[in-house]
Amino acid sequence: MSTLNIEHLSMRFDLPNGGYVQALEDVTLELKSGELMSVLGPSGCGKTTLLNIVAGFLAPTEGRIVLNGHEVTGPDAERGMVFQQGALFEWMSVRDNVSFGPRMKGQRRAEYAANVDHLLEIVGLRDFKEKSVYELSGGMQQRVALARCLANDPDVILMDEPLGALDALTREKMQGLVLKLWKETGKTIILITHSVEEALLLGERLLVMAPRPGRIHREYSLPFADMGVGKDLREVKKHPEFAEKREEILSMIWDMEEEIMGRTEEAGA
Amino acid sequence: MIILVIYIAVFVLSFLVVRWGVKRVLQARRDFTSLKTVTFGDESAVRPDRWASVISVVTIFLLWGAFTGSKWVPIHAPGPFVGDTAFTYTAEAEDGSRDDATVHVHVFRVGEEAAEREVPPGEGFAKDDSVSVGAWRSTLVRVDRNDELTRKDGANVVAVDGQPITPGGEVTTDAGRIAMTAKGSLNYAPPTGMQMEPIWLPPPEAVVARFFEVSREGYQNFTLWEHLYWSLFRVIVGFVLGALVGIPLGFAMGLSNWFRGWFDPIVEFMRPVPPLALIPLVIIWAGIGETGKIILLFLAALWIMTIAARAGVSGVAISKVHAAYSLGASRWQILRHVIMPNSLPEIFTGARVAMGVCWGTVVAAELVAAEKGAGMMIMVASRFQLTDIVIMGIILIGVIGYGIDILMRKAEAWLVPWKGRV
Repeated sequence: MSTLNIEHLSMRFDLPNGGYVQALEDVTLELKSGELMSVLGPSGCGKTTLLNIVAGFLAPTEGRIVLNGHEVTGPDAERGMVFQQGALFEWMSVRDNVSFGPRMKGQRRAEYAANVDHLLEIVGLRDFKEKSVYELSGGMQQRVALARCLANDPDVILMDEPLGALDALTREKMQGLVLKLWKETGKTIILITHSVEEALLLGERLLVMAPRPGRIHREYSLPFADMGVGKDLREVKKHPEFAEKREEILSMIWDMEEEIMGRTEEAGA
Repeated sequence: MIILVIYIAVFVLSFLVVRWGVKRVLQARRDFTSLKTVTFGDESAVRPDRWASVISVVTIFLLWGAFTGSKWVPIHAPGPFVGDTAFTYTAEAEDGSRDDATVHVHVFRVGEEAAEREVPPGEGFAKDDSVSVGAWRSTLVRVDRNDELTRKDGANVVAVDGQPITPGGEVTTDAGRIAMTAKGSLNYAPPTGMQMEPIWLPPPEAVVARFFEVSREGYQNFTLWEHLYWSLFRVIVGFVLGALVGIPLGFAMGLSNWFRGWFDPIVEFMRPVPPLALIPLVIIWAGIGETGKIILLFLAALWIMTIAARAGVSGVAISKVHAAYSLGASRWQILRHVIMPNSLPEIFTGARVAMGVCWGTVVAAELVAAEKGAGMMIMVASRFQLTDIVIMGIILIGVIGYGIDILMRKAEAWLVPWKGRV
């Protein structure tokens, strides 16, 4: 099945002033098929760089990504992306957005129509398929983005803070939807987030990254994603272990942030 | 000056009347914006007052009519004096004896028949004279022509209507303004009033009448519609060619390092060159025929459309392009389905600017040299002092330019409904 191997990934680029940035240093990971891994870390820890390399938008300076036995060299339909916002095509209806991938492959309407309708049904947008995307709310737009990604049936889904721009209430609902889609489709998912709670709720595995250079700081295996499937996520949050883990990770990230601040002050002094 | 004062007075008065009169009587609309209390500084709460727009346009026509003696306007500024009047002059002979004589003046409207009148010569050595002069004109009155003692005999005019006058001086009487030339002749100008002479500014009805006449009979070998058609034709052909070359070029500059590097200096150099400055060169190269005009308009539209298309490409959110790539789209598909639709708003903005520039440029080019076209029509008319055709042409050029912009905006709202809503 689809195993994603990230092998000794390093990323370093020069700055115009002669210095350089070590965005990633020796990141090695293995994701099995159907795993959902959330990635957390303070800003500048290279988590978005990591995602962009896996997506094929950036080339690493060392190491490689291997998916299903072949090396990743560029963007491809086998790795779908869900962005924070603004990645939908405003000039297309909801249905045309969702069917974009199949259409680009040259599929006929008869081939993809049933699947597109099914996906719109799952994300709860059956009655909105003829609407323009700019008529939808932020939460609905992210539902379209999820459906569009799934319509292409990728092996891996990469999510770059997909719920980051939503209000708190919509965000909770959407977290439930992400879990539901994950279980129903069995996709391998990497999810980047700024919210510790979200990372704990959704991640079967949780990767905490540290900055300068960007590297893996710690990895957790968590039971909450399985607990949360089909349930009220607020119940999961009441779990004592959840609160304990949240505090632990929060203080870990706090310490990293403090360290960055201290280092900047030293550099400035 | 007086017109400006009247204009400002109408502005203030109509504001006060509408604000304290009409708006009190009529029920105001009760939509959300009308309930805003802070409107000073909130641009979205400032809406054009329709009363002001109507009064503004009516005021311009009233002023135009009032100061040109239009039959359509009930009130008029004082017109030029027309009719019969007279002034007296006093001649002094060499021996110091003086005699008065009267100059009978007939002021007629230019274009009407003016009959020379015979007047009895009167008493004394200075004889009465008769002159006719057109309104707004002046005439030299050689009063001593029929006198018994002329300038050759040493007689001089020393006063007009009792006011002393010397060579180079002038006096103003009820009959008008009388100036004395350095040689001692009198120059008479009747009162002009405050109206404009038709050859400077014809009344509105003359312009309308001329519009019907020209649209029926044509002007300078072409009908009015042919003049306008040729101007529009040049604009549309030039614009379309400019867009056909400029948009792909702009896309190429937005998508390829090499194209960007190659064309950047050319585009950045040509952009600030006003198309009008190219007219002489284009005439040298291509003559005054259609080719030259279309080349000029092509160049006017080209750089604007190139820059608009380039800006359109750079305005595409990178996440859209990334999303399309990871959905399996090829480069061509991304150009066709993502970059092109996404740059439509920018291209439309550019197209509106380009159409405006092209319309202005074609009129200017026709002013310089053309056989037909709206600009050529007003240029030729101005050489013959046919001010009514000039004004009619200017109004038509304005109406067409405005019409083009409205059409472009309609097309934009139809093709780019998501503009400003993302």
